Amino acid sequence: MDSIAGATFWLIRGRDLFLFLHLLGLACFAWIVARRLAPLLGAQRDFRLDRPLQRLGKVLQFWLLQWRHPRYRLAGVLHILVFGGFLLLASRAFAVLAMGVSDRFAAAGPAGLCGTVRDYASTLVLLCMGVMIVRRLVFRPARYGRPSADPIFLLALIGLLMAADGVFEGSQAAFHAQIEGRADLLAPWSLPWVLRAAFAGAFPATLRTVHLGAYLTHEAAFFFLLCYRPFGIQFHVETSLFSVYFAKLDRGTVKPVRWGVPDLQLDTLPSLGVKKFSDFTWKHILDFYSCSDCGRCADQCPANACGRPLSPRALSIKARDYVFHHYPVLGPSSDGAPLAGVLFSEDEIWSCTTCGACEAECPLLIEYTDKIVDLRRGLIDDGKAPQPLHKPLQALETRGNPFGKTEKKRADWAQGIVPVANGAALDTLYFVDSITSYDDRAQSIGRAAARILGRLAEKSTPSDTETQRRGGRGREDLAACASKAAASLGRVAILGPKERDSGHDVRRFGEETLFLALREHNTEAIRASGAGRIVTADPHAFNALKHDYRDVPPVAHISQVIARAVRTGQVRLNPVADGVYTYHDPCYLGRHNGIYQDPRDVLDAIPGLHRVEMQRSRDRSFCCGGGGLALFYEAKENERMGVRRVRMAAEAGAGVIVTACPFCMVNIEDAIKVAGMEGKMTAIDLAELVDRQMSQ
Amino acid sequence: MEILVCAKRVPDTAENEIQLDRSGTEIGRDDLVYSVNEPDNYAVEEALQIAARTGGKVTVVTVGGEEDEEVLRREMAMGAARGVLLSDDAFEGSDGRALAAILKAYVQTEHFDLILTGVQADDGCAQVGGMLAAMLDYPFASVVTSIEVLEGRKLKIGREIEGGSKEISAIDLPCVLSIQTGINEPRYVGMRGIRQVASVPIPTLGAAALAIPPGTVGAAAARVKRQDYFVPPEGKGAEMLQGNRDEIVDKLIDLLKAKGGLN
Repeated sequence: MDSIAGATFWLIRGRDLFLFLHLLGLACFAWIVARRLAPLLGAQRDFRLDRPLQRLGKVLQFWLLQWRHPRYRLAGVLHILVFGGFLLLASRAFAVLAMGVSDRFAAAGPAGLCGTVRDYASTLVLLCMGVMIVRRLVFRPARYGRPSADPIFLLALIGLLMAADGVFEGSQAAFHAQIEGRADLLAPWSLPWVLRAAFAGAFPATLRTVHLGAYLTHEAAFFFLLCYRPFGIQFHVETSLFSVYFAKLDRGTVKPVRWGVPDLQLDTLPSLGVKKFSDFTWKHILDFYSCSDCGRCADQCPANACGRPLSPRALSIKARDYVFHHYPVLGPSSDGAPLAGVLFSEDEIWSCTTCGACEAECPLLIEYTDKIVDLRRGLIDDGKAPQPLHKPLQALETRGNPFGKTEKKRADWAQGIVPVANGAALDTLYFVDSITSYDDRAQSIGRAAARILGRLAEKSTPSDTETQRRGGRGREDLAACASKAAASLGRVAILGPKERDSGHDVRRFGEETLFLALREHNTEAIRASGAGRIVTADPHAFNALKHDYRDVPPVAHISQVIARAVRTGQVRLNPVADGVYTYHDPCYLGRHNGIYQDPRDVLDAIPGLHRVEMQRSRDRSFCCGGGGLALFYEAKENERMGVRRVRMAAEAGAGVIVTACPFCMVNIEDAIKVAGMEGKMTAIDLAELVDRQMSQ
Repeated sequence: MEILVCAKRVPDTAENEIQLDRSGTEIGRDDLVYSVNEPDNYAVEEALQIAARTGGKVTVVTVGGEEDEEVLRREMAMGAARGVLLSDDAFEGSDGRALAAILKAYVQTEHFDLILTGVQADDGCAQVGGMLAAMLDYPFASVVTSIEVLEGRKLKIGREIEGGSKEISAIDLPCVLSIQTGINEPRYVGMRGIRQVASVPIPTLGAAALAIPPGTVGAAAARVKRQDYFVPPEGKGAEMLQGNRDEIVDKLIDLLKAKGGLN
């Protein structure tokens, strides 16, 4: 049989035709990609070149090993098969393209293990395309939204590419078998193998035409797909590697207002946050390209679930369509119009609780919280804070708490339980934060936490000396280490009136200048207290002190302190009589800081406590409605997040929801009332429960 | 259109626990947080929106001392082009009439098409705006909830009247309007905005610059003097409605109708 390069197509030699088509296809692709890069080059800076090893690790885990895909079982497995197939077939694609321009590659036909793997890979990808199309057309998973032609078309194109390759090889093998009596080595039951059998009776001339036609189809499908991908969801084939490599490495943090501009120079910037498209960073625009519209983020998003006008997926797709429209492949770019109120509604931007469920789910590690915060910064800078937030924000500015209560009363809850730092030597600072200081319900969490810290501090000293005296090994060593850690609790105090709001959610609601002022004040007060460590029972304060503050002592959440004390036997907890308990992971303890196990270990250390898991737990925990300023924001929604959460607990068979965050407590207790489940469901904070069950 | 807004710095009632001082005629001011009188914020926002539609600029004026500069700066951060402080020892202890006289003196040194005040101050009597209009011999409308600029130096204004109804009137410029809260949504002013106007100079005018004759303002000239402040005795508390849900809803609706909350 003639080689492709040597064959004639409509009087044109294959070599010339395919050289032209290859170059044309590549030129188109290069042009399109260059145009797609244009908005990235005009975007804001974003430092993503540090820590290359850690980044390669991410690529290995999330790109090559497709780590997050099986979280959605069927779609994930299908994707892994197709992804693997593509990787295996990449070299084959280039070899086939090369056959068009040179005979040297035609000789390197199917042979050995490589050929077998390749034949199976393309057959598998073809089958997957079939399953995926049927899935989208017939079963229509809800998270894909309204059926759209684009993904079907793309899946069909890939199928066509695989089929063309199979026909190309199968017809050649049939020809060889007929004319030359040579049996090419084909993988049994692979597409080329099946087609060789199917073509067994065909005329050689027909086989030749089919063979050349298949090549031509492959050529057209390949380059069409290559150039069409940058216009839709398939662009992630090219961009995902970069999105994953440049992914955000520091969880729990918020991006700086402008990369490379120190906090003190923010006042010199003419504008803060994202107001127009080019205010996004290049990585964030790359994210828009990489979104493959799989809908996992929106499926997990509590705001979306409760009918708020926000869906992370829509955010990406709207922004992607915007960039395609305003930076067209042909014609001049037209950008610079404001985004808020046009592309994104203000309600959409304020609806996010920054719970991070979307980011925990995205297989490509696309960032959402930073974009939302940047958009909020833009709105705040333009004076467009939602009306219900004006008072709390102003109160934070003047009184250091969102409730507008006087500073003097900040430590009223703590009288007789924990002292206010007064300049005397101090080991552990209990950072209380505003809600625990002022909210009637949350104050009980503060008192419980303070009592626990006080008792641990008392207990640590004698047991410490005892283990040292005995000089024991093994378990006693462990106990010694732990009690040393606990001993370092030492003298515990709070900042009292000198404490201000941690500013955690002030920053996440986009009021950076106010956050910086709060941080400066608290940092000074904390350092002046002389404490060597900080403990807090508020995960928002914990996250702020851990990730947003600089130059403060190490911080621990009370659940970590209790878990340590429980593991070492320093604390023994009394049995509970009955009741089914479930633990609700607070977003800023779990997802943003990875503390899932400590609170569960504490619960499991209570004899007789029957603990069940809600279906959505750990990194899939469902936000209670949000903390900090989210308490004051009146979202448009069909249902409160907390109400949903309480129902989830009931579905799990629980009668008690244990949480470890004062905001969760406020939201969930409200939700129990709204859901009419008083008497059937109660909520208790981990600190309160431990305080209640602690042996005296 | 040149617009003047009269603003006042008041103790923020939402952020303070107000207590009487020993004399009983004043409140204890040591721990108070002050802010712009809330209705004045709406007046400034309305002025800014009118200026944005028709051109011109917004000036904010207050009578007081150095500490009152903070409210001027806050309003400048909102977008007011200028803040003016009217300050003089002779102004101390002025009553409402005297404040109106001081403001009148300032208005006469410049040219303003429209003068806005808040409907009333949190610690005031809602009297300065009306008196100012009378002294200037300008038309006056109170409790204004909408403003539309018409041709021929006229405004179409809406006023809130008893029972939640609205009355629409035309008024000639120049005029004085007192602005009701809810007429708009005042923009948010963050720390950054205030810092950006922190170094803008604020002109301060005294009695001499305003040509106010001595003895016509201040404590000595006050014709209204406060005699007493008192905390009202505690009432009998909330009224609990009894009955099943439908009965409670009916009773609640009747009550709301009776008190003017529903029409």
